[in-house]
Amino acid sequence: MKEKIYKWAFTVLAFASLLFLTGITIVLFKESLPLFQKVKFFDFIFGKAWYPTYEPPEFGILPLILASVLVTIGALFVCVPLGIGSALYIHELAGPKQRAILKPTIEILASIPSIVFGFFAMSMMAPFLQKLLHIPVGLCAFTASVILGIMAVPTVCSIAEDALSYVPKSFKEASLAVGANRWQTLIKVVIPAAGSGISTAIILGMSRAIGETMTVLMAAGGAAIIPSKLSDLFAPVRPMTATIAAEMGEAAMGSYHYHALFAIGLILFFITFIFNIIAEMISRKFRLKLGLSG
Amino acid sequence: MNGNTQLASIKSSYSIEKAFEQITKIKFPAKKSNGKLTQKVGFFLLGLSMLIVLFFLGSIVYFIIAKGIKAISWEFLTQVPRAAMTKGGVAPAIVGTLYLTLGSLILAIPLGLACAIYLCEYSPKSIVVNIIRISINNLAGVPSVVFGLFGLAVFVKFFGFGVSILSGSLTLGILILPSIISAAQESLLAVPHSLREASLALGATHWQTIKKIVLPTALPGILTGVILSIGRVAGETAPILFTAATFYMRGYPKSVFSEVMALPYHIYALMTEGTHPAAQTQIAYGCALILLILVLSVSSIAIIIRQKTKSLS
Repeated sequence: MKEKIYKWAFTVLAFASLLFLTGITIVLFKESLPLFQKVKFFDFIFGKAWYPTYEPPEFGILPLILASVLVTIGALFVCVPLGIGSALYIHELAGPKQRAILKPTIEILASIPSIVFGFFAMSMMAPFLQKLLHIPVGLCAFTASVILGIMAVPTVCSIAEDALSYVPKSFKEASLAVGANRWQTLIKVVIPAAGSGISTAIILGMSRAIGETMTVLMAAGGAAIIPSKLSDLFAPVRPMTATIAAEMGEAAMGSYHYHALFAIGLILFFITFIFNIIAEMISRKFRLKLGLSG
Repeated sequence: MNGNTQLASIKSSYSIEKAFEQITKIKFPAKKSNGKLTQKVGFFLLGLSMLIVLFFLGSIVYFIIAKGIKAISWEFLTQVPRAAMTKGGVAPAIVGTLYLTLGSLILAIPLGLACAIYLCEYSPKSIVVNIIRISINNLAGVPSVVFGLFGLAVFVKFFGFGVSILSGSLTLGILILPSIISAAQESLLAVPHSLREASLALGATHWQTIKKIVLPTALPGILTGVILSIGRVAGETAPILFTAATFYMRGYPKSVFSEVMALPYHIYALMTEGTHPAAQTQIAYGCALILLILVLSVSSIAIIIRQKTKSLS
C-alpha cells in the first residue's frame, strides 16, 4: 500500500515537471500565433526591416537572424581552435599534476555568469579594441564574437576533453606500436576516434553562443541593420536574443510587437532544438562506435 | 550475449579495425626529422592555445577583482543605494539574488529529484520514457531568454503574480529543472544494479531500497548537480529581466509579490541606465566582483565534491 502511494507520488511529480517543460512550447506558440494574422510567416523570416514601433510597423527579422548567425560564426572562430586546442593539450601534453589543476579550473571558469562577460566587454574590451583597431564604435559584431567565443571556450574544452578520454587506450598503443609518433597518433587516430564527441562539443558551444543573451545585448551595439560587407563586422548589430531582451520592456502587452518578440523566441527555440537533436544523434553514434553503452 | 551488446561489440570491433586501417595508412616519411618538426610545431600550437585560454579568462577575473575591490567596503555590502545610484551600497541586490536563488531551488530540487527517481527507478523502459529523456535534454539547451518569455506569459500575466520574486523564482526554477533532472538521473544510473538487487533480496521493499541504498549512493552526484545550478541561477539575468528585476528600490522586498533588485540585473542596469555613467561603472565593478566570488566559490565546492567522489570510486 505504502509502496503504491510512493510510486504514484513520484509519477505525479514527474509529470508535473514535464507539464512545465511542455508548457514552454505551447506558450511560445500561443503567444506568437496572433502575429501571423497580420504578418505572413515568410515576410516575418525574410523581411529586411525591423521597425516594430513605426506606424505602420514592420516586422522583418532577417537582420536579427543574420546578426545572430554572424556573431555565432565569429564566436566559433575563437572557441573552436582554442577550446579543442586546450582540450588536446590537457589530454595529451599535460602531466598528471597539471591535469589535476587544469581540468577543474576550466570547469569552474565555465560557471562565470554571462553578465560578467558582457560587463567586461562593455567596460574594458570595447574601449580597448576601439583604440587598437581604429574603429568608430567599440560595441560591434566583432567585440561580441570575441567575448562570446571566449565565454564558450570552457564548455567546448571540457566536453571535448571528456570525449578524448573515452577513446580506448588500445587505439593509441596500437598506433604507437607500429611506429607512428605522438603527433601522428593524435591527428590520425585519437582525433578521428573522438570525432563525433568533439563535434558534439562544437555544436553545444554553438548552441550556447546563439542563445546567449546578456553578453550580446551589452557587447553587440544593438542596431538592426543587415550585415552585408566584411567591414560590417565592425558595425553594431542586433541579434535575436538581444532584441527580445531589449524590447520586451517597452512592448505593450498583447500588441503585435509583443507577439513578434514571442515569435522570435519561438524561432530561437527551434534553432537550439535542432542543434541539440543533432548533438544527441552524433553522441549516440559516437558511443556505439567506441563500444560504450548507448 | 544479448542483441544489444552483440551489436555494440560488432560496431566496436569494426571501428578498431578502422583505426588500424588508419594507422597502417600513415605514411612514414623518409626524412624522419620532418615528422618530428611537425610534432614540435603541433605541440607548440596546443600549448599556445592553452596559454591563450588561461590568459583571457585569467585577465577577465583579474580585472574584475582589481577594479571591483576598490568599490567594496562594509558600507557597500550592507547599505541601500543612495544619491541616484552613485553612493551607498547594494545590499538589496545581494539579498534579492539570495531570495531568487532560494525560491528557484525550493521549486526545482523536489520536482527535479522526483522526476529523476521516477524515470530511473519506477518508469518502465519504453519509447515514451526515451522521448521524455530527449525532451529534457533539449530543454537544457533552450536559451534562457526564452524561459524569460515563458515566465512573462505564464506567471506574470496568466497567473497574475506580476513582476515579483515569485514569478522570477518560478521562472528560474523551471530554467534549472532540466539540468537538475539530468544530473540526478546520471548519478542514479551510475548506482550499480547489484546494490539494488542485494537490498531487494534481503527483503527490503522498492521504496526502502531507493531511500536507504540508491539515494545515499547517488547523493554526491546529485549534490554536484544542485550546487552547479545554484551558481547558474545566481548569475542568470535574462529570465528575470521581465519577471522579477527592478533597478531601484528604497528598501528590501516586503513579500514574494514585490519586485526585487538582483546583482546580475543591477550590473546591466548600472551600465545602460541612469545619469552618472562614471560613478555607476565603479559600483558595477563592485557588484560584478561580489557575483563572481559568489558563483566561483559555489562552483568550486561542486567541483571539489565531484573530484573527491571520483577518487573514491
